[in-house]
This record gives sequence, structure tokens and C-alpha cells, in this order.
Amino acid sequence: MMMREVFGNTLAEIMEHDERICVLDADLANCNGTKKLQQLYPERAFEVGIAEQNMASVAAGLSSYGFIPFISSFTPFATRRICDQIAVSIAYAKQNVKIVGTDPGISAQLNGGTHMSLEDIGVLRSIPTMVIFEPADNAQLKQALPQIIDHYGPVYIRMFRKDTPDIFDDENYTFDLFKADKIYEGKDVTVFASGIMVKRAMDAAEILKEEGINVEVINIHTIKPIDTEAVVDSLKKTRCAVVAENHNIIGGLFSAVAEVAAQNCPVPIVPVGTKDVFGEVGKLPELSEKFGMTEKDIAEAVRKAVSMK
Amino acid sequence: MDEICKQIRRMTLECIGSIGSGHIGGSMSIVELLRVLYFDKMNVDPKNPKMEGRDRLIVSKGHAGPAVYATLALKGFFPKEWLYTLNRFGTNLPSHCDMNKTPGVDMTAGSLGQGFSCAVGVAIGSKLKKDGATIYAIVGDGESQEGQIWEAAMLGAQKKLDNLIAFTDKNNMQLDGYTDDINSLGDLKAKWRAFGWYTQEIDGHDCEAISAAIDRAKAKKGKPSMIILDTIKGKGVSFAEAAGSACHSMSLPKEKVEAALAELQ
Repeated sequence: MMMREVFGNTLAEIMEHDERICVLDADLANCNGTKKLQQLYPERAFEVGIAEQNMASVAAGLSSYGFIPFISSFTPFATRRICDQIAVSIAYAKQNVKIVGTDPGISAQLNGGTHMSLEDIGVLRSIPTMVIFEPADNAQLKQALPQIIDHYGPVYIRMFRKDTPDIFDDENYTFDLFKADKIYEGKDVTVFASGIMVKRAMDAAEILKEEGINVEVINIHTIKPIDTEAVVDSLKKTRCAVVAENHNIIGGLFSAVAEVAAQNCPVPIVPVGTKDVFGEVGKLPELSEKFGMTEKDIAEAVRKAVSMK
Repeated sequence: MDEICKQIRRMTLECIGSIGSGHIGGSMSIVELLRVLYFDKMNVDPKNPKMEGRDRLIVSKGHAGPAVYATLALKGFFPKEWLYTLNRFGTNLPSHCDMNKTPGVDMTAGSLGQGFSCAVGVAIGSKLKKDGATIYAIVGDGESQEGQIWEAAMLGAQKKLDNLIAFTDKNNMQLDGYTDDINSLGDLKAKWRAFGWYTQEIDGHDCEAISAAIDRAKAKKGKPSMIILDTIKGKGVSFAEAAGSACHSMSLPKEKVEAALAELQ
């Protein structure tokens, strides 16, 4: 199932018994899986038109009235376009608004460079109180939504909206919004990954197994506040790392992990992500190749990190 | 001049004077409006500032904080002594309105244009809760150069927010000069009408006219209201009025405070 369907379906269930939830769209409800919410709950799920700045501040107003609004758009329009509204109307004013950005980074594919947010984590990470969550798969997203609602304050959900490979077993998986998930236990190197890069990190670990490199794979689904304990514990054991993210290597997950490492356990860390360049049109495999974000690139980064120990 | 208005002006002067400078111009221009709202129209309880179903005021031109604080203090939301803490480290009265710091302040504002959108959200919230509250909002004419004001205007009309009564403090000035010289708002009344709002234009320093306009706005169903207030920046303080746009934020030494207070006896 596409991630946006899981998002819409899960919210639909929650909205049935939680009247605080509102959903605001800026003319992308069809793309973001929220159209059906407008049909089910027309009073609480509605369009504001192509006016994202207004959407953010209207949501802040609703929050001041006790509602929990979700606002959604494509990632660049849900973040960099409305950065000041997020900072002032939402975060500074302590409003309980959830911001959903879809098609993060290179997953904007054929919409191209204007629609590729490769800076959104960096921009929002530096706003106090922001929680930044990037689901790796449907099971994680499904379990995350109730916890995100229970957490008072702004949360940014950076969501791939199409089909994603299953990483976690829906039945046995227990999610904690503020705890990272260890996917593979390893001893030689840690790969920290989020979003679409998690499956690639797992594939890289398989490649490296044949070379005798034992890789620990950790999914940092919540990039802020980062699970410092999980990062430090792993780095103390493996003594080197790779960070794989669908974002500029400036300001995103690599920066977040490096900030923790620098203060607690300084070890070599090699980034995999876009290298301070803008995006462009293309399909995911082509773009991944071009920007050095494939499982092979992660494997190469791991070899480098291990050699730097 | 109405006695309560004089008192709000005196307290605003003392408030700003306590730290020696501040946003006097845009504070003085909305005094009559604040007087009518808090002393005649709004259903609020100073002893219970967060009362459910209360009427709310969103001061989108958040720099008018000092006049709002003087009015709230006079109404009894907090001790008058607080006014002398304006902008001092640790104060509950920051230069721009902050709902998390000041009892009676319903919205945080300061980055222009945003508070007005928040007011639209609040009015939608009140409609959803069916609590019968009236939501008031104040925007500046200079602030209306922000595109976000017009995004919110469209949505307010689309949502038929007849529980939202907004005011434009049309003092024709902004920080750098006259609005007409900088980026003219043109025919503001025609603009608001074209955006689908029930629009009135009145003398913003006439309490009776403000009161009557609010009553007409309340009676209008199916549309949000915009009441354009023709005002004078710095109204009631002669040296501020004479300073023109320079009174947006100006120095207010003790002797000037005293001279202005004497004018307002």
C-alpha cells in the first residue's frame, strides 16, 4: 500500500473518535492521501487553497482553540516556503500543529529541482521545539501517528508518499517516537539511515557481509530530538559510521549524528546524501545514481569509514 | 476625549516611558477601538482570562502591545505595576503580543500578516465548537502590504466567517514613511469588498461610531467583517502626531512623558 494511503486511513480511524484532529490542505489533498478525509469529515478536513503561509497560521489559530491540526503539502512548500510561519505562528507560539511534507528530497522525481527539498531538515532542525520524524515504512508510520498526536507541540512528518518496501514486521514491531530502531546488530561500523535510505543501508550491509564487514544498521526515524543514547552506544562499539540520508549532507541527519558524536564519541563518520547541489528531474534510480545515494555508494562509504578507524 | 481613552493613553505613555522608547504611534491610534472592545463589547473575564467561549482579540499588528497592555491592566487582567516592566528582561509584557506571557492576550503576533491568518483559524475553531464567540482582529494598513493578509481574506470569505470582525488601523503611515509613497494600498475599502467582506469605513477615534459599526457587523450574516478605521498615528500625543511616521517607534524621555500626561488630564 502507498504510504499516503496508510497516512489517510490511519488518520481517518483516529478522527472518528478524536474530534480535536483537523486536516488542512493547500490543493494537494489528492496527492497526499487526505482527500478521503475531506469527504468523511468535511467540517474538520478542508482546503485552504494554494496559500501555504495562510494554512500554517490558520492551523496555529485552530490549535489555540484546542484543535490538533495537520497541514500537508509537498515537502518544500510545507517547510522552506513557510519557514517563518512555522517558527513564529506555530513553534514560538507553542501551538500544537503537525506538518506533513510529502515527496522529500529526490523522491519528488519528475517534479524536479523546484520541488526537491534537500534542505528541509536543516531548516526546521534549527527551530526550537520542532520534532522531525521520517517514517521508513508503513508499519512505522501507522504506529507513529497516535504518538505524534499525543506529543504536544510541532512535529514535522517527512513522508515518502508512494509504495515503500516493508522494513518492519507489522505484528511484532513496537515503535517509540523518541527511540531509534536497531535493524541489524553489527560490530565493525554503524550505518545510520532514515526514510528511503533505510532499505538501501540494509542492502549495503548484505553486500559488505560477503567482504567480512559486520554492519550495524540503525534507523533514525526521529531526527530531532535524535536518540543520543542509541547513537553513542553504537559508536562506542563500532568506532566509525556512515550516515545515509535523502537530503543535503549539510544540516540534515549527517549533521545531527555528527553533532552527537563530536560531543560524546568523536569517530570517523562518512556522509551519503546530496553534496550541496540542487535536485533535477529524473526517476529515483537515476537520481540516486547521480547523487551517490545507492546501496553501492553506502557500501563504498562504509569501506572508507572502516579504513579511517 | 472619552475618560477611559485618556486613561488608556496615560497608562500607555507610562508603560513605554518606563523604558524610554517604544511603539507609541500605532499604540495610540487604536486606543478608542481597544476601549470599545474591552469595556463595551467583548465577553471576557479578567479573573479567568482563558474562559471557554470568550470573545477573543488577535492583535496582528503585534507591536501595538503597550496599548493592549494598558487596556488589559485597566480592565484588571493583571496589576498596573506590570506596565513598568515593559521589555525588561524576564517581563510578561514583551514589545510584541505573546499569548504565553500575558494574561488576556489571545494570540502571539509580531511577524506581520500572520496574526490575521491565526484569527481566521480561531474563527473557524469557534464555528467548529459552536460556542457563539466573536473573534476580533486588528491589522495595520502597512501590515496589509503582506500577501498573507490577502490569503487569509480569501479564506475568511470562503468560510463565511461572520463571527470574525476585523479592523484596519488606517493611519496612512508605516515605519519608513507614508503608505501611499511606499507601496500604496489603493482603495482599501474597495479591496475588502472585492474580497467578499462586509466592509465599513469610519472615524477610528469616535467610540460611538466604532460601537455602531461593530453592531452592524454582528448583524451581518454569512460574511466576515472589515471595519476600516481612519486614524491618526500617535493620536492624543501632540509631539508624536507632529513626528509623523517617525512616531512608529520613538524615544520617550521622562520630560516628554510628563508633557504628554499633562495634555491628557
